[in-house]
Amino acid sequence: MMKITCPWCGVRGEEEFTHGGPSHLARPVVGDNPMGDVSDADWADYLFMRDNVKGVSLERWGHIQGCGQWFNMARDSVTHEIHAVYKMGEQPPEGWRS
Amino acid sequence: MQRYSVLSLARNAIRHHEGWQQAWRSPDLKSEYDVVVIGGGGHGLATAYYLAKEHGITNVAVVEAGWIGGGNTGRNTTVIRSNYLFPQSAKFYDFSLNLFEDLSQELNFNVMLRQAGMLTLLHSRHDVEVMRRNLNSMHMNGIEADWIDTSEVSRLAPGLNCGADAHYPIQGAILQKRGGVARHDGVAWGYARAADALGVDIIQQCAVTGFDIKNGQVQGVQTTRGTIKAKKVAIAVAGHSSVLADMAGFRLPVTSLALQACVSEPLKPVFDVTIMSPTTGVYISQSDKGEMVMGGMLDMYPSYAQRGNIGTLEHIIAGIVELFPNLSRVKLMRQWAGIVDIVHDSSPIIGHTPVEGLYINCGFGTGGFKATPAGGWTLAYTVAHDKPHKLNEAFTLKRFETGEFIDEMGAAGISH
Repeated sequence: MMKITCPWCGVRGEEEFTHGGPSHLARPVVGDNPMGDVSDADWADYLFMRDNVKGVSLERWGHIQGCGQWFNMARDSVTHEIHAVYKMGEQPPEGWRS
Repeated sequence: MQRYSVLSLARNAIRHHEGWQQAWRSPDLKSEYDVVVIGGGGHGLATAYYLAKEHGITNVAVVEAGWIGGGNTGRNTTVIRSNYLFPQSAKFYDFSLNLFEDLSQELNFNVMLRQAGMLTLLHSRHDVEVMRRNLNSMHMNGIEADWIDTSEVSRLAPGLNCGADAHYPIQGAILQKRGGVARHDGVAWGYARAADALGVDIIQQCAVTGFDIKNGQVQGVQTTRGTIKAKKVAIAVAGHSSVLADMAGFRLPVTSLALQACVSEPLKPVFDVTIMSPTTGVYISQSDKGEMVMGGMLDMYPSYAQRGNIGTLEHIIAGIVELFPNLSRVKLMRQWAGIVDIVHDSSPIIGHTPVEGLYINCGFGTGGFKATPAGGWTLAYTVAHDKPHKLNEAFTLKRFETGEFIDEMGAAGISH
């Protein structure tokens, strides 16, 4: 059982939280047009392909059974140790950047 | 290979069982093979066996980081069935079931297949409507399955709370009579022994650390026991697929999660069917030893730790006690987890990778055991011919680009 520190609510049990996939995925853009002609391969890469890291991975988590806010976490997928919690839109702290 | 039979048992009994050979050798690793199979689980061993048996490729090594059958092959709940929704899956899993039916004879190893039936419980009018449709789909795909009413369910599964007072009252069930269970270790050992007899080298305690790739073509693998040259390499490592893909320089649409199971203390025989209840999210069977074998949903976040957490276990137990109130005081004996490879459409990937000569079998997620024979058979075919067989041509990595998904979430969403 992980104890997760919500940036707004403090330490809570993992059952209050929902994992929301990897953080920092950048939507592919061609030129200035957000509806630009992205290739099927790039689009598939963005939508489906995953690093699925064995070790420290950067993930989005939501405090869904609590305040409802989303945030980022640097978490070890082998030991489940949580190294850092940081807010949406922020970059991971030094040392946990990939 | 020393054949197992009643006669050989009697002969060895007279000699105080001192004449048995080892079931498979522990050979030295050679520096070069025609094919290297990475992963000594059921799928990897089956791949090696069918490469030798069906395609005459016997200069094959199976390299396994731990011991054979020690990953998900030894951690699943042994369920076998083919009640899938789409034609591609139905054909594939039914082919697997067919292979299972002859497997003990084929391998001369008792895999203890017990086709007592696979029961999917329906708890609401909506369940009934959806599963009636699924049943029609199964019939159109040539999969035999029957609708049965509550009184028949009650007869097949004594102790199941079929009363109107149940929190999730049972409205009927779908029964696939050919479904059942088989001994998971037996499947791994049987394939290992039969592959070894055909000349395959099974190398345990040998972890892959990298690939030799030149001009987009695989040349061999680096391992903790040295470099092996091979023009063709097949990966069958389930939850660790992404790790191997990363070594080879590509990514997969796979997320690794922990799937738990648990067994109770042994009981006298209660029922012989396997019971799945999608609404409560749990399933249960009774092993030949009498233990209740139980499982449920995934721990819903990525993990490479082969243990589950207590919250999911509580959900499993709550669902089981809801269905079988009389099991509430039975003690749990063991709990464990395996790392499963989940993909977006709950269908496997069997075939080519972006690296030439490198093939993969992954993405079976929560339901890989039942597919062991077909997964190995189709991967062997693909490796031997450098093109997929009709049975696995839809299960490509390319489908994530083309959008030709085979979305089995509805039929296979529950873990098993």
